[in-house]
Amino acid sequence: MKKLLELFFTFAKIGLFTFGGGYAMLPLIERTCVEKKKWITGDEMTNITVLAESTPGPVAINCSTYVGNKQKGFIGALFATLGMVTPSFIIILAISFFLERFMEVKWVAGAFYGIKLAVAILIIDAAIRMFRKLEKKPLTYILAAFAFAAMMAIDIASVRISSVVIMLICATVSLIVYLAKRNKKKEESK
Amino acid sequence: MIYLELFLGFLKVGAFAFGGGYGAIPLIRETAVAYGWLDDERLSDMIAISESTPGPIAVNLATYVGSAQGGVLGALIATTATILPAFLIVIILMNLLKNVIKNEGVKSAIDGIKACVVGIILATGAYMAFNNIFFVSAETVFDWKALAITAALALIYFGSRKIKKQGISPILLIVIAGVTGVLVNL
Repeated sequence: MKKLLELFFTFAKIGLFTFGGGYAMLPLIERTCVEKKKWITGDEMTNITVLAESTPGPVAINCSTYVGNKQKGFIGALFATLGMVTPSFIIILAISFFLERFMEVKWVAGAFYGIKLAVAILIIDAAIRMFRKLEKKPLTYILAAFAFAAMMAIDIASVRISSVVIMLICATVSLIVYLAKRNKKKEESK
Repeated sequence: MIYLELFLGFLKVGAFAFGGGYGAIPLIRETAVAYGWLDDERLSDMIAISESTPGPIAVNLATYVGSAQGGVLGALIATTATILPAFLIVIILMNLLKNVIKNEGVKSAIDGIKACVVGIILATGAYMAFNNIFFVSAETVFDWKALAITAALALIYFGSRKIKKQGISPILLIVIAGVTGVLVNL
């Protein structure tokens, strides 16, 4: 029980003190879980980063689940993840209760007029950062360009096609290209 | 039934959001718009608030939408649905399928998704920027103020990286944009 509470409060602290989402948390998770608590090794931290990038869902949740599971199995994962989300859950819940009324204040509405413009820039910046991390090969560029065009078309025409459909198309194309290359290699080696 | 809709809607967000919080934004946008939970205006507000408050961005957005639609219970359900897929996938991968993400075929499919997500996020950001500037309302076809502020903010944000390696933080950009917004609307 003591270990479970330690997991809960350690991740609550990480969740409470990092701004800007999951990727911003990785350095603090590393410092806390690898260096201070020695719950995982540096190699495992690298594994977590790969795992978080290759699986869906919030990066922070991938991390807390991994470390919690490593320490105390399923129940450990549960406590670590609950710790991770509890602080922001309480904060956002509190904000949601007064946000609508707050928005009616004239200067607040003015501030959010400006903020709205900044948010579009932040989203574009997130895409640029992710683009830089991609493997540099033609297929990557083709898929990214296709997804951009498809998503734009969906938005402009406001048709109800989920972006999930685009993701599944790209995953399938990428897999087919890989399989085709592998078959070619096999035949050449025969 | 709002609770079931929240659960299923955010389960989809949690199951397909690759690439961290910003990867979840296109999904939350399409889900919330489809159900009529949020418009782009309020989504922008909430992205800024999620970026400026601690915690994972996707979780913050889920908590807000859940609370606005279904109170405390709605917030609990939306938040749980968002984190459930990530939680279960990590548990399953660690215990049962240790080598599945090392499989070359799986890797290539994931690489395809990663490339795709970049395009989707870029399109979402570009579309939101476009909507901030053009056809803002029935009367305003072109909001030149919005264009000027967007250009200035982009210049400050990206330009600051030329001076200092890290550049200014997203929170500082939000603060600058907020102050600018107050001043031009006095």
